[in-house]
Amino acid sequence: MPVDRTATELVRDVQSGRLAPSEVVRAYAERVDRFGERLGAFLWFDAEAALAEARRVEERLAAGESLPLAGLPVAIKDNISTRGIPTTCASKILEGYVPPFDATVVERLRRAGAVVFGKTNLDEFAMGGSNETSAFGPVRNPWDLERSPGGSSGGSAAAVAARLAPAALGSDTGGSIRMPAALCGIVGFKPTYGRCSRFGLVAFGSSLDQIGPMARTVEDAALVAEAITGHDPKDGTSVACGPVRADLSEGTLKGKRLAYSKELTGDALHPAVARTFEQALEVLRAEGAELAEVSLPSVRLAVSTYYILAPAEASSNLARFDGVRFGPRAEGPGHVETVARTRGRLFGHEVKTRIVIGTYVLSAGYYEAYYAKAQQARTLLRREFLEVLDRFDAIVSPTAPVTAFRLGEMSADPVALKMLDLCTIPANMGGFCAVSIPCGLAEGLPVGLQLLGAPMRDEALLGTAHAAERALPSIGAPPLN
Amino acid sequence: MSISLEEVRHVAKLARLELSEQEMVALQSELNALLGLFSEIESLDFDGVEGQSHAVSLQNVWAEDIPGEPLDRAAALQNSALSRAGLFVVPTIIED
Repeated sequence: MPVDRTATELVRDVQSGRLAPSEVVRAYAERVDRFGERLGAFLWFDAEAALAEARRVEERLAAGESLPLAGLPVAIKDNISTRGIPTTCASKILEGYVPPFDATVVERLRRAGAVVFGKTNLDEFAMGGSNETSAFGPVRNPWDLERSPGGSSGGSAAAVAARLAPAALGSDTGGSIRMPAALCGIVGFKPTYGRCSRFGLVAFGSSLDQIGPMARTVEDAALVAEAITGHDPKDGTSVACGPVRADLSEGTLKGKRLAYSKELTGDALHPAVARTFEQALEVLRAEGAELAEVSLPSVRLAVSTYYILAPAEASSNLARFDGVRFGPRAEGPGHVETVARTRGRLFGHEVKTRIVIGTYVLSAGYYEAYYAKAQQARTLLRREFLEVLDRFDAIVSPTAPVTAFRLGEMSADPVALKMLDLCTIPANMGGFCAVSIPCGLAEGLPVGLQLLGAPMRDEALLGTAHAAERALPSIGAPPLN
Repeated sequence: MSISLEEVRHVAKLARLELSEQEMVALQSELNALLGLFSEIESLDFDGVEGQSHAVSLQNVWAEDIPGEPLDRAAALQNSALSRAGLFVVPTIIED
């Protein structure tokens, strides 16, 4: 069955002619048909369109084109622009919006022979950690349908975990790729800031956002990463550097220096997650990794720094949603009232909260107290991590302090939900690369291990993650039928 | 620091968000919870530390001035709730 094979195996089979792209698409479309609605993973899915794309890939292969992602279905988070395909950011303010252009990552996927395989659900404008802020309903975790897949790339994570797609794209502003990857038991990779073009990603926090792959294995994530990364003149913050070409052949942890830190496990660490994490460290040590404890005192400021800076950037980025150029409009007596009414009625509660807090911390009288100080805290945090990464190959921690929580469980306490981003936020603050890999099950639910690496050392980080993945126990597929 | 209902009203106006009274009350309590989270940062003294707006220190990025393929007008207008004669239509802003 094509759905049992990894993305790397699928591409290899298609390239060698053993498997046709249309067979791959059909097999996955059948899974989407069976489980898609129950999981709420997709906001848009068109099997016929995917099949037509697969046939075009077949023609290109027949014409002798060499395609690194030949026939690979890739689900796309619905805040990434796709030409001719609705892109809603899971918000009513973009309902019906159809981008007239492709994001650079989508253009590159298509060029590499991948098939755009549906648009996945997310927290509205990627703001949330549970996928419950989507205006079109939550996503369910394939390991337990009563639980959240995490967020904000919850649809992408659930789709890959449930074998509705072999790979997906997510976006990560404070952990939105890695946290749902951890809660759904898959691999999620956030490249170094600037290595993956943001052109066509609907902006949330421009100094923090990165697109990245979500897949079943590190090898699969690396395969997709290589196709989508690399300099893009359309993104002014794109680093002038080639794609992430990881060499996964070494495959050993011998001599790898890994740091861990009490501050990154935090007070909220669930005991079962703590046990699984400690067991994972033992496995890595037994495989020859050298582990040492380090202190990262500024981590305690990470969550508050993030919830000042990210909303500040968001309040500015989301100013473009005024009902004039895209999306529905709620008419008022004049222009200003029309804009305010459109925004007030069509943005969801979480988005409005963040726009208001962002506007507040940037407003006269509060800028120095909050925004300027958060920028200084960002400098300290980055400095501390860089010092450690000078001496170590990676910093390891749990990706999230908990396993998948019940839908609705966190909605009474929005601050507690935000605290779950503690381990993932530092990578965005400092622009580091980071990857989450499954490291075991705790009470039947996946636990993620995060490896964080120095800026521009994405290749080495994926190599270390690949070796760690091989040493750690496999968690298998979720019990879905 | 805590935020008053009056301040919520003011900031919502700055952010161009028309909110009901009920929404403003809900926002006020959530914002105060967040401001509680920020109190440590607010109280710290980072004297001498330069603030960072970005993780990557980039200089101005220049591109050659080569004309590209522009987005065609119909495509640019296709997503607007209201357009006419090749233009976006908005309520009157300047009266004559």
